[in-house]
Amino acid sequence: MLEIENLWVSTGDKEILKGVELTIGDEETHVLIGPNGAGKSCLTMTIMGIPVYTIGKGEITFDGKDITTLPIHERAKLGIGLAFQNPPVIRGVKLRDIISLHTKKVDDILNKAYLSQEFGSRDINLGFSGGERKRSELAQLFAMEPKLLLLDEIDSGVDIESMELLGEEINSFLSGRSALIITHLGYILNYVRADEAHVLLDGKIALSGKPEEVLKRVKEKGFREV
Amino acid sequence: MSEWRDKAEKAKGKTASLGADLDLSQYSRGKEWERILNLSQLPGDAKRTALLAGVRSDEGFRCGTYFQLDHSAIFESVKREFEGKVEIMSTKEALERYDWVKDYWWRAVAVDSDKYTARAELEFDNGYFLRALPGAKVIFPMQACLFISQNGISQNVHNLIIAEDGSNVQIITGCTSLDLGRGLHIGISEFFVKKNAKLTFTMIHRWAPGVDVRPRAVAIVEDNATFTNNYICLNPLRTLQLYPTAYCNGENSIANINAILLGSGNSRMDVGGRTVLVGKNSRGHVVTRCVAKDKATIHVRGQLIGQGEGRGHIDCRGLIVDEANIYAIPMLDGLVNDCELSHEAAVGKIREEDLWYLMSRGLNEDEATSLIIKGYLDPGILGLPRELEDEIKGVAEIAAREAL
Repeated sequence: MLEIENLWVSTGDKEILKGVELTIGDEETHVLIGPNGAGKSCLTMTIMGIPVYTIGKGEITFDGKDITTLPIHERAKLGIGLAFQNPPVIRGVKLRDIISLHTKKVDDILNKAYLSQEFGSRDINLGFSGGERKRSELAQLFAMEPKLLLLDEIDSGVDIESMELLGEEINSFLSGRSALIITHLGYILNYVRADEAHVLLDGKIALSGKPEEVLKRVKEKGFREV
Repeated sequence: MSEWRDKAEKAKGKTASLGADLDLSQYSRGKEWERILNLSQLPGDAKRTALLAGVRSDEGFRCGTYFQLDHSAIFESVKREFEGKVEIMSTKEALERYDWVKDYWWRAVAVDSDKYTARAELEFDNGYFLRALPGAKVIFPMQACLFISQNGISQNVHNLIIAEDGSNVQIITGCTSLDLGRGLHIGISEFFVKKNAKLTFTMIHRWAPGVDVRPRAVAIVEDNATFTNNYICLNPLRTLQLYPTAYCNGENSIANINAILLGSGNSRMDVGGRTVLVGKNSRGHVVTRCVAKDKATIHVRGQLIGQGEGRGHIDCRGLIVDEANIYAIPMLDGLVNDCELSHEAAVGKIREEDLWYLMSRGLNEDEATSLIIKGYLDPGILGLPRELEDEIKGVAEIAAREAL
């Protein structure tokens, strides 16, 4: 589904990713962990094509197609969906406006993301709590039905009870799709079965393996000693 | 009456303090029109144009109508079920019918403010008299249309709007023209919102790119009364200058002055909103959302004058696209120590991160830009009833689509 080869990415003068190699197969869920500043969000934003990140070297292939230079909206149309870690407030643009780009069943989608109908009529992210922003991101992905989900810290800012409900929805939504999940706290792994985990350190994948083994090693030794 | 004419004569060369100065000798008088029996007798293009300014020729969801074509009042009606609740007629007829109307005439707006008020007196062309009778609660809006169909004329209207004690009424007015080379609209509007009354006045302007527009509006708001003035202008025009002012004289009086503007082409817009807080616990809000694109220039002004124990806030947001300019000028005049006045203003281009976010949902850059601009022009800020808001949303969407 997704193949990343020798990816070097910078923003401004700063090199962030330094030769990332990553392959996510069809219907596989991968988890990416790493310390703050390792480049986790940079990787998801680069896969999505956000132009603040410049690719110096390397190639990204999605569903057999080279997307390295493709604009953002074309990647979205091919089936890549990103839940942003810090989505922007856009005054005047309603959550309903975005969901209805993809489906007429706006209220059903809001329910599925545990958002009341009132959220559909609100300016996107304006006055949303941290948890509401995450649910809004999920609602949009539920509507888009992407083949590959990029979930950037979807479990941060969400209280445990809400995470339990959302976790079940995410888990069932992942069925038949591929995903790359960035997690800092690891809550989401209580609900989602991941096939593989990776540790991103100083812009490179430093360790890959079965999620339970990778997490155990990080817990025992810390990120720097993996 | 002769006193007003004398003052107007003296002011007919007086340049307005804001906006491009117009040479009024460039505008002539056109022919007069016969009255019509119902709005279906309007020509098809006039019906379509009026509808795009929010005026419905089928009078659906309206309690009555005033229609003025150029200088002539051609149609007035109040639906039977609203008789005894509202009055709709031309101001010429109101002046003839009611002796007391002259007590309101030029009471809120000074006849000698500038050459445009002077012209409205010296070449008076009717205008609408809209009155909600005491205690009348009217769900359906009154509608009025001021239409220019002849090239090169100036339409000089003087409107009088009275919401009597305890009334609650909505008014929608559409001011519009056919696709003219040149034209001038001068519109004097004097509002009197009496004790415990609520008046929501929504004006949609949809002019041709060659038309100059100079409205002059002042409202007097009494005890426990609420006045809301919504102004929407989304189509290109030549020049526009207005600065509606509300005097919150009454205790607990409220004035909301809102504007939604889309300046495109070479339009020059200068739009303000001023509230004078006089009464105890009076409140004023001036809210503007504007988008300037192409080579348009928009000046957005807001002024709160605290003369009594009142509170007010100015909120202005502007979006600049292409080579356009926006100048936001908020002013707070605190004249006593127990007023509370504040403002926030933000002007800038569309943020790239907003575009990228929407593009990640599958929109291309133009579609994302268009969605953000439409969001800026959302009539949700106007505080209208749902049906009217939906109608205006439809009108705004058509105008935005044309401009974008």
